[in-house]
Amino acid sequence: MKALYSHQELDITLTRLAHQLIENHLDFSNTVIIGLQPRGVFLSDRIHQKLQFLLPDIQIPYGKLDITFYRDDFNSPGLLHQAQETQLDFSVAGKNVILIDDVLYTGRSIRAGLDALLDFGRPQHIELLVLIDRRFSREVPIQSDYIGMSVDVIDNQKVRVLWQENDGKDEVVMIAPKKIAHK
Amino acid sequence: MSLSVKHLLGIKDLLPSDIALILKTAEKFKEVLQRPIKKVPTLRDTSIVNLFFENSTRTRISFELAEKRLSADTINFAASSSSVSKGETLIDTAKNILSMKVDMVVMRHSASGAPHFLANHINASIVNAGDGINEHPTQALLDAFSMTEKLGTVKGKKIAIIGDIMHSRVALSNIYCLTKLGAEVIVCGPPTLIPKHIESLGVKVSYDVKKTLAWCDVANVLRIQLERQNKPLFSSLREYSMYYGISKSLLDSVKKDIVIMHPGPINRGVELNSDVADSPNAIILDQVENGVAVRMAVLYLLAGKKDNLI
Repeated sequence: MKALYSHQELDITLTRLAHQLIENHLDFSNTVIIGLQPRGVFLSDRIHQKLQFLLPDIQIPYGKLDITFYRDDFNSPGLLHQAQETQLDFSVAGKNVILIDDVLYTGRSIRAGLDALLDFGRPQHIELLVLIDRRFSREVPIQSDYIGMSVDVIDNQKVRVLWQENDGKDEVVMIAPKKIAHK
Repeated sequence: MSLSVKHLLGIKDLLPSDIALILKTAEKFKEVLQRPIKKVPTLRDTSIVNLFFENSTRTRISFELAEKRLSADTINFAASSSSVSKGETLIDTAKNILSMKVDMVVMRHSASGAPHFLANHINASIVNAGDGINEHPTQALLDAFSMTEKLGTVKGKKIAIIGDIMHSRVALSNIYCLTKLGAEVIVCGPPTLIPKHIESLGVKVSYDVKKTLAWCDVANVLRIQLERQNKPLFSSLREYSMYYGISKSLLDSVKKDIVIMHPGPINRGVELNSDVADSPNAIILDQVENGVAVRMAVLYLLAGKKDNLI
């Protein structure tokens, strides 16, 4: 396991992403934030916190979306995912939606996320924010509008974002192939 | 994260962890059913046949809705309007349907053990939707789901199953399910409708409905299955109703908030009076609503085992 980004670097990047969102959405009057389960929600929690800190007078609608039932690898052996909670208590119809996930890799999760999102209404505009963009590994034509860091690693290496609240520390790490087999 | 079984033939074969997984997954599907679009694309490559050799309203509609909301292709089969009436055997019927590339079978049959028999002869996953007087596993799962929703947990709760225990597959599945989840169970009914040695399943027996009600948190009331009784087991329905029917005045006399459940169809005025069936304590229609989510969870978890699919 090799550390790619430290706690401080992560925090600077999160702050930058929050400012970029404010630049484009100003007062968030028609904008909602949706984190993708399971690991995207740690990032969206942080981004939402940063935004609320920077814009204390505005309530930004924030939801969580589970994509398990929309995956395209449902029938792959040994890949039945445990569904997580979907928490969307507002309508997305006509809204600007900022979809948030931690790592953009093949793009298939985001594809499923878009399908899931459209079952809740027809948003005006959908943007994607990711912390890590694994370049050159896309399997579907999906790109991110906001990128924390770009990372180039080979296919069988895994990039994982660790979060204080779940993993005990904030860090971005690369896991070598041997370790993946162990998991 | 998957079930330990290939088929859902009965609760008897499930581990407590399987039951917990099904109930947890059903919660997520219940949320799906509250959405503007109550449908997910998960099983769009799966075909499911509903083989009903016995009449059904709730279970059949519930399974069909569950299948459609998972985007599966469904085929309905009713024995009365099929080649079964021309003398075709069960295996032949099933094999012919499966040769048209069907992946899963939901089956109800009046003979106990029919789905177990079929499971030994065909490749597809089988979901038992009720077999004779043996089991009705999805009913027990949705009962457990509804109890959990109402009471927070099933573990440690006192559950009474009241009525025709002998001929009820719901009773047997409920007993397995509730005891595996750590509930205390009493079965209550006239002695002729309670099977011998039922205590060996870890339940207590009572013949006194008032004492039972005073003891329990939940009363799951069952119908008298006259169609399965081939000899007189009590004098008359009127007498049964007088001794074992549940009325508002009886409930009031025990001075306790009891959750009332019933798997349907209700014979109003026999096992349950209308003033109880329609009271706020009754969660009978919640049970029906939850049935769809629970069946979606069962189909999803069984179909997710790739090697299950033929």
